[in-house]
Amino acid sequence: MPDIIPENSIGIIVPETINFDEPLELACGRTLVNYQLVIETYGELNSDKSNAILICHALSGYHHAAGYHSEDDQKPGWWNNHIGPGKPIDTNQFFVVCPNNLGGCHGSTGPSSINPETNEAWGVNFPPLRARDWVNSQARLADKLGINQWAAVIGGSLGGMQAMRWALEFPNRVRHAVVIAAAMKLSAQNIAFNEMARNAIKSDPDFKNGSFIKENTQPRNGLALARMIGHITYLSDEEMGNKFGRTLSAGSFQQGQYTPVEFQVESYLRHKGDTFSENFDANTYILMTKVLDYFDLAREYDNDPVKAFSHAKCDFLIVSFLSDWRFSSERSEEIVSALIDAKKNVSYAAITSDLGHDAFLLRNERYEKILAAYMSRLLKDPEKPKHSVNTPEAVL
Amino acid sequence: MSLRTDLEFIQTWIAPNSRILDLACGDGTLLQSLKASSQIEGYGLEIDPEKITEAISNNVNVIEADLDSGLSQFSDNSFDTVVMTEALQAMRNPDLVLDEMLRIGENCIVTFPNFGNWQTRISLATQGQMPVTKKLSYQWYNTPNIHFCTVSDFEALCADKGIHIDNKKFTADRFPGAWLKTLWPNLFSDTAIYMLSKHIGSNND
Repeated sequence: MPDIIPENSIGIIVPETINFDEPLELACGRTLVNYQLVIETYGELNSDKSNAILICHALSGYHHAAGYHSEDDQKPGWWNNHIGPGKPIDTNQFFVVCPNNLGGCHGSTGPSSINPETNEAWGVNFPPLRARDWVNSQARLADKLGINQWAAVIGGSLGGMQAMRWALEFPNRVRHAVVIAAAMKLSAQNIAFNEMARNAIKSDPDFKNGSFIKENTQPRNGLALARMIGHITYLSDEEMGNKFGRTLSAGSFQQGQYTPVEFQVESYLRHKGDTFSENFDANTYILMTKVLDYFDLAREYDNDPVKAFSHAKCDFLIVSFLSDWRFSSERSEEIVSALIDAKKNVSYAAITSDLGHDAFLLRNERYEKILAAYMSRLLKDPEKPKHSVNTPEAVL
Repeated sequence: MSLRTDLEFIQTWIAPNSRILDLACGDGTLLQSLKASSQIEGYGLEIDPEKITEAISNNVNVIEADLDSGLSQFSDNSFDTVVMTEALQAMRNPDLVLDEMLRIGENCIVTFPNFGNWQTRISLATQGQMPVTKKLSYQWYNTPNIHFCTVSDFEALCADKGIHIDNKKFTADRFPGAWLKTLWPNLFSDTAIYMLSKHIGSNND
């Protein structure tokens, strides 16, 4: 943490653990008898509980979206650029909730938790999840927090998929959905990258068929390799060129002698992979990449996105980044077209950035302006709350 | 709210509760006022980043899009009216944009600065240089307005394409245009406003 907490930082944050004793039926047909979610909240819930924002995290994210955990913290939460006092998601105005998703590895029930039936870590036996399971668990979280309707559900990438699922599953409980660098479903190429990452993990001898906790090992090499693969796809060619070029971190090409050469990009990727593998559970990585692969917004709606979105009642902001080739602008534009045909309120911005998919996490003046403009619109929402919050939810 | 003159006219031509697509919507002024006056359901397309942010702040549905790269994302007849104000002259292919507008909308409304106006004529005739007026303040080399036309040019294009002119209005701010614009629109109007539809009997091929 910096010596002096900047004025626009939320400061030191203490996560909370919330226990759920009511069984949760999952899309796979299995049931979680009980579970816990670790969450962070920023800002204050107002008296009519109309200023609550749900932040849905992406593949490797978790509940720590903003602020610091301690004074010794090197880095703030993953979306600290965008959440805080006076920031686009302004904690002076909104009550922001960010849970670690079910299946995660930062305190919420997941593959590294103890299965109450066996008293051992779930490992690969943890039920496979889909985005709708997350949305259902988040809806129960909203119940516990006394929030009938989110002012907005916001997410980037896999988080954007959850925001869209929220709009369809609980139309009366969302006023706005902010969907950033997302897609209605992954392409074959995208699934292929995820499968490569999963294979990297599984081929590590320390993976032990997923029972590495029981066997007291950690498939660090496999997980690091998986992260390296992912990381390359989250950056753009331009950005890697700008950041590393062909600069060497060791050795030289001087004629007449040989010292082993390492390009900066190699050490960078190794560092990224190593750091990640120390803090992430391999089974969670496999589970989360599968949630991504399985997501198909319109599957239950005759594969018709317009029909799917016709169930939504909220307004939408869609944002994409021009150098993002993993979740390209075309994917976002498909969402926009479907929303227009479904006669939903939607705005769309395609942000110029060299930073690839990762751009959604990083600072960008225009991106922040768009987000801030949309968020400030929520505050003057003339119809607030937009639709009845007392109607029982239709189960789809 | 005080609207630009052409926008005020447009308001009177738009049916209440209709579905409107506004090409080059700017900060969303027209859609915002149509929403208030006629309860329309509207979307605007815009390319300018600053204007997109303003339109979002103005509670208007704004979609970032480059009109020159086509409107294929919109289905046939998916809007009641497609509007384009003061932007036709900045399109790379104004004729193709008109085709697209009529494909997407049941009808369309177009406004453009009339380059046949007496002031531009005098300016060109006496100075021998491309006219720079208060309304059209760019130099020839930096103007976004790459396809100026006159009222007569525009009507000739419509005739060529078999586009039906449902209604037209001409505006002029000052004397003598304000008086004479109806009599000799090509000479005296500053801005032309047309309501167009597919020609009756045309199969729109």
